[in-house]
Amino acid sequence: MDVFLWVIVPYLCLAVFAVGHFWRYRYDKFGWTTRSSQLYEDRLLRWGSPLFHFGMLGVVGGHVIGLLVPRSWTAAVGIDDHLYHYIAVIGGLAAGVACVVGMVILIYRRRTVGPVFSATTVMDKVMYAFLFVVIVLGMWNTIAGSIFAIGGEYHYREGVSVWYRSFLAFQPDASLMAEAPPGFRLHAMTAFLLFALWPFTRLVHVFSAPVGYLTRPYIVYRSRDETAYSNRAPRRGWDRISQ
Amino acid sequence: MKVMAQMAMVMNLDKCIGCHTCSVTCKQAWTNRTGTEYVWFNNVETRPGQGYPRTYEDQEEWKGGWELNKRGRLKLKAGGRFRKLATIFSNPKMPSIQDYYEPWTYDYSTLTDAPAQEHTPVARPKSLLSGKDMKVEWSSNWDDNLGGSKATGEHDPMLAKIGDKVKLEFEQTFMFYLPRICEHCLNPSCAASCPSGAIYKRSEDGIVLVDQDRCRGWRMCVSGCPYKKVYFNHRTGKAEKCTFCFPRIEVGLPTVCSETCVGRLRYIGLILYDADKVLAAAATEDEHGLYDAQREVFLDPNDPEIQREAERAGIPRDWVKAAQRSPIYALINRFEVALPLHPEYRTMPMVWYIPPLSPVVDVVRDTGEDAEDKGNLFAAIDALRIPIEYLAELFTAGEVEPVDRVLKKLAAMRSYMRDINMGRDPNGEIPAAVGMSEEEMYDMYRLLAIAKYDERYVIPPAHAEQAHALEEIATECAVSEYGGGQQGPFGEGSGALTPIAVENFQMLQERQTSDTLASPADKAARVNLLNWDGKGSPAGLFPPRPDGPGPVEDTGAPDTSDEGATGPGGTGGLTGGADHR
Repeated sequence: MDVFLWVIVPYLCLAVFAVGHFWRYRYDKFGWTTRSSQLYEDRLLRWGSPLFHFGMLGVVGGHVIGLLVPRSWTAAVGIDDHLYHYIAVIGGLAAGVACVVGMVILIYRRRTVGPVFSATTVMDKVMYAFLFVVIVLGMWNTIAGSIFAIGGEYHYREGVSVWYRSFLAFQPDASLMAEAPPGFRLHAMTAFLLFALWPFTRLVHVFSAPVGYLTRPYIVYRSRDETAYSNRAPRRGWDRISQ
Repeated sequence: MKVMAQMAMVMNLDKCIGCHTCSVTCKQAWTNRTGTEYVWFNNVETRPGQGYPRTYEDQEEWKGGWELNKRGRLKLKAGGRFRKLATIFSNPKMPSIQDYYEPWTYDYSTLTDAPAQEHTPVARPKSLLSGKDMKVEWSSNWDDNLGGSKATGEHDPMLAKIGDKVKLEFEQTFMFYLPRICEHCLNPSCAASCPSGAIYKRSEDGIVLVDQDRCRGWRMCVSGCPYKKVYFNHRTGKAEKCTFCFPRIEVGLPTVCSETCVGRLRYIGLILYDADKVLAAAATEDEHGLYDAQREVFLDPNDPEIQREAERAGIPRDWVKAAQRSPIYALINRFEVALPLHPEYRTMPMVWYIPPLSPVVDVVRDTGEDAEDKGNLFAAIDALRIPIEYLAELFTAGEVEPVDRVLKKLAAMRSYMRDINMGRDPNGEIPAAVGMSEEEMYDMYRLLAIAKYDERYVIPPAHAEQAHALEEIATECAVSEYGGGQQGPFGEGSGALTPIAVENFQMLQERQTSDTLASPADKAARVNLLNWDGKGSPAGLFPPRPDGPGPVEDTGAPDTSDEGATGPGGTGGLTGGADHR
């Protein structure tokens, strides 16, 4: 069971994530967009969206540090466990609270503002549900696990993080996850399901974060005969004979 | 020197009667889709007026276009690259749908479904965004013909600039129409604002386009364009803008708005310019110098040196020839009667305008004086400061002198040609008074007043040897929803591109073989009378038959295996699908 949950499912999700993005990009470049609803409504979005997105950037950064940086490395640069814990909880709480508040505003807006709600697809709703659960579980782990130590103290840097690195190195050790508290396990599992869902939702816009804007020239000139930007060959211009 | 070619337009405002034919035909051709209900690639504004979207010209509010920083260099008025990325999650300067208008339709079915009652049933307006009842309060040309301008006219940002002098004379109204399309600028701030780099300027003809496959819906172009001519398609989540009808231009046809213009006031032609000088010209310190600076960027296609450079830059010979015949070059640099719209935005716009003389003529005529006499007209131009200053705010960043000069040329032409038309000896003093020769004056008259089709539109087609690049896939196609019409899991319009030829084939086939065009089975649609071709009976269009089992449904559903079966419309001759296979 542990192998199924913490080896097979995560790799399946990872595969769907990777192949799904490849397929979506090839098949649906036109649908690859943020699907912004700012045109419909501005006042709630003005607060909700930056809170959520900047909070999310902090959360992702925190995960990168927490999951990918081994304990020995931080110890080597002179950050002891206590200091690390302090930084992680303060930073995690700030980012997490911004993220949750932003998300609540955004979901409230999506449900109550008529035009925004009618522009919401089924996929959006599924995605929102998963995102909400993942984020709430993450907050629970931070607050209940790290601050109040409900259910005993758990050093995720000795458990979940090690498993995650072993997972990325393709030598997964499922027992490490099996020993983790249920909050962490649930959070990791829903997150993996969200990753599997990712390429089929509007979340794909994360991968078009326009960092290239900082370096490219302001005005783009493009020749009419440059066809290279479409990596799909044009479909045939006739219908196959049927019947 | 780097010679480039630009397809440009000039509009002669004296001839515009404000009929909106250009807007309507453009809309039918390009934005007649869900998601673009409020999108007018071409719109006609009554001036004085607020424009569309409301007060878009107030750049202190909207921060569109460029400005000079302290060191005299160009910067985007809404902030540079870092600022753009920092505000990407919520664009602070994006107009809301209320600044345009909330699109609506009418609940027509109540007109036919309502039971017998004392009062006439009414079709209530329903929002196309939320589907709820709404109160119609504004639209794309709500202040048409100065309608309601007593209440709203003072919001015109250009009137505000001339100040309180207007309050007095506004009673003796002057007005004119200003048709607007995308300016296809030499220094487009929409393209510079686009984080994804999806907006590009075509290097062959300078047309500014949005690559629909690259656009990610960051919305910075909408706020970056000072003319507010990039729109956000709220269904596909992508930006769309005027395309200068590039599929038509590529085969030598004028744009739809020009072709259908009733007043024949639009001119299209090529202009050659020096791309190396554009930024320096756009960075001219004095706003009043921008008009002349832009004119100096344009190159004289009759100069052999320029022709050699153009050849070196790979511009085909027939394009240079077309540039020599270009009505645009003649109106801008030979007769010097065309002026740019808002040069102070520093985008180097390429749709120019001949300011209207009619407000002046009207005043002279109303006084009972001879409105075609040069002396009267010149005196009136000098006296009528308000209309002139208003025009100057639009076309020369507030400098009156060039507008004055153009209007005097137009007045002189009127006066000079009157003598000829009345069979009197032409008076050579009249052209001389505005610094023109008699021959030039006649040429200008021919171009402006006779305005022959092939003199108005000098459009060299794209080259046959480049034809492989002209298939639809190389261009862009925002209409892929026509292919199937169903809402995919990723939202409307998602999915692979369908070549336009295939789409047209499928649409035709569907129209001829199915009965459901007016109410597609796969879409929750209202009855759209514009798209209804008289075939079939969409639900809700007709009242139920008294003897029938209820409202006539779409009985001829797309079950094409039932060849030859006629729907209730009895259009048997067209329903056979066999002739398409």
